[in-house]
Formats: sequence, structure tokens, C-alpha cells
Amino acid sequence: MDFIQLIVSGLASGCVYGLIALGFVLIYKATEAVNFAQGDFMMIGAFICLGLTNQDFWGLNFWLAVPIAIVIMAVLGYLFDWGVLRFMFGQSQVSIVILTIAVGFILRFAAGTIWSHEPVSLETPFAGRDISLGGVVLGFDEIAIIIVTLLLTLALFIFFSRTKLGMAMQASSQNQLAAYYMGIPVKRIQSLVWALSGAVAAVAGILFASKGAIDPSAGLLGIKAFAAAAIGGFGSLPGALVGGLIIGLVEPLSARYGAPGFSQIAPYGILILVLVFRPGGLFSQTQKKKV
Amino acid sequence: MRFVFKTTYDADINLFKHKTQMGYYFALFAAVLALPLYFVWTGNPYLLGEITAVLIFAIVGMGLMLLTGQTGLASLGHAAFMALGCYSNILLLNAGVPWLIAFPLAGLIAGVVGTVIALPVLRLHGVYLALATLALSIIAGDIIVLLEAYTGGVSGIAVPDISIFGYEINKYANPYAFYYVVLAVVFIIALLYRNLLRAPTGRSFSAIRDSEISAQAMGINPTRTKAKSFFLSCVAAGLAGSLFGHSATYITHETFDLVMSITLLLMIVIGGLGFIHGAFLGAVVVGLIPVLIANGRSLLATTFGININIPGLESAMFAAILMGFILFEPMGLYGRWLKVRTYFELFPFYRKDMFRRQKSYLKTERVQ
Repeated sequence: MDFIQLIVSGLASGCVYGLIALGFVLIYKATEAVNFAQGDFMMIGAFICLGLTNQDFWGLNFWLAVPIAIVIMAVLGYLFDWGVLRFMFGQSQVSIVILTIAVGFILRFAAGTIWSHEPVSLETPFAGRDISLGGVVLGFDEIAIIIVTLLLTLALFIFFSRTKLGMAMQASSQNQLAAYYMGIPVKRIQSLVWALSGAVAAVAGILFASKGAIDPSAGLLGIKAFAAAAIGGFGSLPGALVGGLIIGLVEPLSARYGAPGFSQIAPYGILILVLVFRPGGLFSQTQKKKV
Repeated sequence: MRFVFKTTYDADINLFKHKTQMGYYFALFAAVLALPLYFVWTGNPYLLGEITAVLIFAIVGMGLMLLTGQTGLASLGHAAFMALGCYSNILLLNAGVPWLIAFPLAGLIAGVVGTVIALPVLRLHGVYLALATLALSIIAGDIIVLLEAYTGGVSGIAVPDISIFGYEINKYANPYAFYYVVLAVVFIIALLYRNLLRAPTGRSFSAIRDSEISAQAMGINPTRTKAKSFFLSCVAAGLAGSLFGHSATYITHETFDLVMSITLLLMIVIGGLGFIHGAFLGAVVVGLIPVLIANGRSLLATTFGININIPGLESAMFAAILMGFILFEPMGLYGRWLKVRTYFELFPFYRKDMFRRQKSYLKTERVQ
């Protein structure tokens, strides 16, 4: 019984990692850039929702606050691409990596200044409630996280493979110049991808904050999500989720059954192992470029 | 502007472009050699310690510049390689190995271990290297704690003094000697770096940076070339880490953290990616900013009575400066200096877009 609870809570935190990883993968798929600030986007999304709902701040209805937070994050993502990244169009990826790291620091500082550095918890309608299934007590929040994540991944998968906009996003990532020739507004598409990834980050943040407390340095969680994305193979949506689940499961299990101090290393250890033995990730999409 | 009339092919790759330039660099060399005299005269070597710290950062900066500026690969884990060099150096010294052997060996260990770890990732796109080194940087602290028997873990470990043929050098007891030791390392590495760029290996690094496919078509093996660059970069990081340890005299698992790795990257971007001068300029800026922030803070407090004590302000300012550079001056401080110099040399014919680079369009390596 204990084991199952461990698994479920691992799955729930794995889903959050997976969602953050989805955010990376979205951006990577469409713009071939890696957003090292995705974890901080998640943190900001959580804090916006928290600032809207919690009694200490605005005290809005939770179900009203969630869509507002998602929309705000989507707008922020769009504006970030439109106002900052568009100036870097065509520059090397290294500069974009460094830029997003810098943005992460600034977001962390902003969140700490606006909402304090103390850990706070999001007040959700389903906080503290749980279901008992044959002796296993499952938190309502954990089940909600798993369901929302699955639905969101499915929706994104369909979006990318079926809709015109999703196809345009893929096309602009594969070959920008060719996409231009085909009449795809590549710049706007990229901004839209950032908006989408901001929205996903907001969902991840809200789920994360409903499960436990959040503080500005929670954005560092994004690094674990990186591990998740790389394990799944960058550029694969289901891969990101699977990678997230693996990381989420490994953490509590290694903390429980492994040597002390081992659980912090385990996720990154797996990342390095995957990169060494299966460098493209589990759902590899890279192949050697031919001259 | 001086036009060099080239009569041999060697003129393209000579160490100095012309005699005057050689004169400038010899003057600079004489100036840094004579610098301690000034501090002997004032009798307060505090500032010399700061300058030595800047030089140590310039060493690792040169290493990272070789990787990021010349080869176009970003590493977020150079602090981990510094730690590797530092701890190897300490363990070798404690085992009774003379410093003159232990120090280069520490750099070599950092280089070999770093390359072995990075080798599988180097076959992939540059982003994967950033990721793997990021992971390495995060777990470095935990690994140091796990290896407590050797590294002292959380409680830290004392760094033995440098001893060259029985002559003991300690940063506090003998700051001038320590300065010269660091300067010697800086000089050797800068000379090697400069010469490397003139050699086929160094030029193949730039070829990889500008276009991997073209480089391959020219007969360069990308993986091996990247591995070479990474190895040299890690050696420099290991050497700088050893010197950093001697300078700090006591290190713990928190000395070389992720923030340091990011600071190193920030340093070379601010200095100017792809220029050896950039490593030095960036090191100066990184050494200077904390001092400026502290001074600015006390100035505000004393003259205006405003007390700014917001946690995280410093790293946010660092980040804002970094963003400003990437957006408005991607060539860094040295690039700005080049532009200013060209403006005056060509006056009044300087054009705004003289330094504009060709933009590249993106193509994915993934198959869909």
C-alpha cells in the first residue's frame, strides 16, 4: 500500500516535470531554441494564480483565477518573443541559451520582490481532500494533476499533428526559409509558440502550487524538467511526458530505498546515463546530418 | 588606419600584425610585470589580491572562450571542472606530489574526465552539451558531499600552500609571489591560445562554429575537433580551479556552484565572444560589478538615506546587464572597442553596418 502511494505521488510530481518539459519541447520543436527559463515561467504562472486566488492577496474565485493566470502567462510568453527574442532572430543558439538563463534570474528576482521569498501554498478547492480506494489513500490534488496532464498532452499532440497552425509550427522549425516561401508568417508563429508554452507553464505551475508550497526558487525545478525532456528526447511531446514520469518516479523511490544523498543525484545521473548510452533520448528524433 | 603590405603568406597568421602592435603588447607585458612595484610602494597589497583573482577568472575565461567563442559550444558546467581541478590538486599535494607536477596534472585530470563525460554528447547538437554540463554542475556539489572521505564534504578542506623547490607561496604571506605565479600561468595559456588559433586545429574550431557541415566537407571530423576543444577548455578550467583553491585557501562543496558556472558564461559574453581580449575584459567586469554594487548601495544609503536591501538584487542586475549585452552588443566590450577604433581609423567613412553578420536561417536536425 505504501509502495502504491509512493508511486502515485511520484507520478503526480512526474506529471509536473513532464508539463514543464512539454513547455521546453514546444519551443524547441518550433524555434529550435531552448528556453532555460521555462521553470521560472512555471513559477511565475503559479504566483500569478496564487496572487489572484489566495485570501492574502486578491481573493478571487479559483475557477476564475486559473484561466486568467493562463491567459496572462500566454500574453507574457508572446510579448517575450515579440519584444526580446525577435531582435535575436538569426543569431546563434548559444546566445539564446544565455539570454533565457538571464531572464530566469530576473523573473526569480521579480517574483521574490512582488510575492516575498517565503514558500506559500495555493488555496484550491480540492486541497486536503482525498479518496480512499481499497485501503490506498490518494490525494485529490494528485489525481487532478495526473488527469489534467494526460488531457493536456493529448490535446497538444493532436494540435501538432492535425491542425493547420500546429503543422505551420512544425514547418517553421524544420526549415525557416522554406516555411517563409510557403507563406507561413514564421515570426508570428514563433511568438504564438511562446504564448502556448507560457500557457502550459502556467498550468504546470498551478498544479505544482496546489500540490505543495511554492517559492521563487522553485523555478530551479526546471532543471529537472530538462533532464526529463532530454531523457525523452528533445522534440518529442510524449517523450517529454515519459521522461518527466521517469524522473518523478525515480526521486521518491531512490529517496526511500537508496543510500542517503543519492536521491538528489539520481535524476541527473539518469540524464547523464541516457545521454551517454542513448544520446538522442528514448524517443530519439535526431539523425546524423548528411553532407 | 594602417595598411599592412603583405609580402608573404605568413603575414596572415603572424603573432602580431605589425611592429607597432607588437610594441603595444610588449608595453602591456612590462606594465603587468612591474605592477607589484606600485603596491610595494603603497604598502597595501589588497588590490593586488583582487587583480590576481581577476587573472584567475581570465584563465578559465580563456578556456571557456575557446569552447564557446571559437567552437560555438556552450558549457554550463565549467565550475564543476574547476572543482575537479581544485580537488585533484589538493589531493595530489596532500599525497606529497610536488606542486610543479601536481598543478599541471590537476589540469590534465580535469581535461580527461571532462572529455570522457562529454564525448557521447559531443556527437549531438550543441544544446545537449549545455544540458549535460548543466546536470554535471548541479550534481557536482552532491558528489563532493558523497565523497566526504576525500573532499572533506560539507565541512570543507584546507588548500596546501604552493611550494616551488622549497619556496613557499601563500596568498596572504606572499601576495607578490602568488601574483607572479598566476601571471605566469596566464601568460603561458594566452600564448598557447593565440598560437592555437594560428594552427590548423584552432582554425578547424572556427570552421565548426561557423558551419559544421562545411567543416565536414573540408575534411574535419566534427566530433574529434569538438572533443579537442572541450579537452583544452577543461584543462584551462582545472588549472584555474587549482589556482582559485590556492587563492581561497579553504574550499567547501558550495565554492564551485551553478551560479559560478553561469557567471563564467556571462563573463565571456560581456567581454566579447570569440576574442581572447574578451576573456580578460569580462573577468575585469565580473570582478568589478560586486564592488560597484556595494559602493552604489552605500552611496545611496549615505547621501540619499535610501536603504536598498532586496535579496537577489545582485544576480538580477548581473542578469539585466547580460541581457543588455546580448541584445544590443552581441560582440561584447571588445567588439564595442573594435567598432570605436574602426570609427576613428576610418573617419569619416565608418558605416553603421560594417560589423553586421550574415544572418542564418534555421534548419532542424530532427527527422519528422
